[in-house]
Amino acid sequence: MTYDPGYNFAYLDESTKRMIRRAILKGVAIPGHQVPFGSREMPLPYGWGTGGIQVTASILGPDDTLKVIDQGADDTTNAVSIRAFFRRVAGVATTERTAEATVIQTRHRIPEHPLTEQQIIVYQVPMPEPLFRLEPRIAETKRMHALADYGLMHVRLYEDIARHGHIATSYNYPVMVNGRYLMAPSPIPAFDNPKMDQMPALQLFGAGREKRIYAVPPYTGVRSLDFDDHPFRPIRAPHACALCGSRESYLDEVITDDSGGKMFVCSDTSYCTERQTAREAAE
Amino acid sequence: MYVATKGGEQAIGAAHAWLAETRRGDTALPEIEVAQIAEQLGLAADRVMAEGSCYDRGLAALAVKQAKGDLIEAAFLLRAYRTTLPRFGASAPLETGAMHIRRRISATYKDLPGGQVLGPTFDYTHRLLDFALAAAGSAPEPVPEAEPEPGNTPRVTELLAREGLMQRETPSAEEPGDLTREPLSFPAPRPVRLQALARGDEGFLLGLGYSTQRGYGNSHPFVGEIRVGEVAVEFTPPELGFPIEIGDITVTECQMVNQFKGSRTQPPQFTRGYGLVFGHGERKAMAMSLVDRALRAEEMGEEPVAPAQQQEFVLYHSDNVEATGFVEHLKLPHYVDFQSELENLRTMRETALNAAAE
Repeated sequence: MTYDPGYNFAYLDESTKRMIRRAILKGVAIPGHQVPFGSREMPLPYGWGTGGIQVTASILGPDDTLKVIDQGADDTTNAVSIRAFFRRVAGVATTERTAEATVIQTRHRIPEHPLTEQQIIVYQVPMPEPLFRLEPRIAETKRMHALADYGLMHVRLYEDIARHGHIATSYNYPVMVNGRYLMAPSPIPAFDNPKMDQMPALQLFGAGREKRIYAVPPYTGVRSLDFDDHPFRPIRAPHACALCGSRESYLDEVITDDSGGKMFVCSDTSYCTERQTAREAAE
Repeated sequence: MYVATKGGEQAIGAAHAWLAETRRGDTALPEIEVAQIAEQLGLAADRVMAEGSCYDRGLAALAVKQAKGDLIEAAFLLRAYRTTLPRFGASAPLETGAMHIRRRISATYKDLPGGQVLGPTFDYTHRLLDFALAAAGSAPEPVPEAEPEPGNTPRVTELLAREGLMQRETPSAEEPGDLTREPLSFPAPRPVRLQALARGDEGFLLGLGYSTQRGYGNSHPFVGEIRVGEVAVEFTPPELGFPIEIGDITVTECQMVNQFKGSRTQPPQFTRGYGLVFGHGERKAMAMSLVDRALRAEEMGEEPVAPAQQQEFVLYHSDNVEATGFVEHLKLPHYVDFQSELENLRTMRETALNAAAE
């Protein structure tokens, strides 16, 4: 496929891509550590995936197959927009099937289909600093990371337990990477956290507005913070998908009328469609 | 039966077509030309150049047209274009002392070398709607022109500095940082702070500057001088080795004179708050110079207690393209996170209600 001749392949100029790749390499070398980078102004707004887009643009080659999801779905408006952007400026093949993709850019979900060593998942990150609600000063949180001074976060989780009987964080649930750095997994549901642990695929995180990149190399330990007597518990609506019947996948709640009617369907549209097709084929 | 919402692509296409239609508006009216915006809505183009960090009136006017007059959207368009341009070097510092002056006023001296030049200003106009402008009319009478005063117009702060009353800035041969290439880190050096402020949102800086006047970080400012006009931009191409003029740009400069009681190492003297913006933007230049001075709190040995004195607070939140993107991203779908919050809340309510029942 061809790309828009008015722009360099994948929009960014080659020296910017090199700068971003260096940041990525540093991120891979220090799992979970936030690497500052010279984030560029992109033609999409900050907060809409500029970090993920820059990371994807820097790692994309002409032979890659790209999948873009938002909320687990390929057809949400922002995913459509980002996919169209890369079709235009990189001319790469795109897919909605998780297994076919070599690069997956995501917002708020990890696909249900397990990822492989041949794949890279790029997360869009709004706030890379896991401690920002506890300490807004970046100069201070940098020091805390340097000293692995994460007591504040444990105290916060403990306060949740004291108040509610359990940890009340349901998404963007903090994780320890490789036993060293506290990391924001981006606002994925806590349900997805266990998928990050020992994942065969390379995980890259891009925060454009905050100008940070971080990474989790393949087969790296990612542990959700918890306590011995209050182990981590992923949250999932206790139902089966109304379309494919899955009891394992993460579900979205859909309001069907104005009198309390609702149904639950898979948030991962690719997973759900594949299961429906398989079921139909079996019948 | 439930059918998942599909067709995002067509919906986006149709929405953008509708946007183009509303941009054009009533086709019975003539279409506005980019040159008309540059000429007749010049201050809008100026603001877009300043916050878009790109000096090009034509492109700024085009951005205003494309953004239907939404100036933050226009600045965003210009920034996204700017990022694709190659950066081939840094100009020599502007010599604003040699400015071709259109307007120059000082609030600290009644008269001074170079004189007080009011120039084209809203000041002292009565803000009465001019209904004559509603009817298309003939061009205004040409204004009488006075001979410009001979010689340069020295800066007021320089006059004070010669007497030792104004703190001198120490010039640095180092090329200033560029936050469009390197992310902010703290404490941020003053050139980087000034760059951030020059690109910053006018409204945000206005509010912060205003807060310093109302006691949130006392600054006791006087307008030493505001000047608006054209200055030459000089650049030294490496293959030539000497500076050449590559063009003139219009800028607004404000030097705010602030009290300083002195510290253990420095005698009492005036200190400077500095503002410089592309185009004619006095409000922005003044607000910027108030905030610049407030951000110097730490180097002056003043305790940074007010929002305007806190670097991270000011510099991380002054960029309207960053701010608008992140605030407006809240309208993107968040149903995955919301779903986990729903389940979480249901569990918490159940626990609480059971506990109350016992």
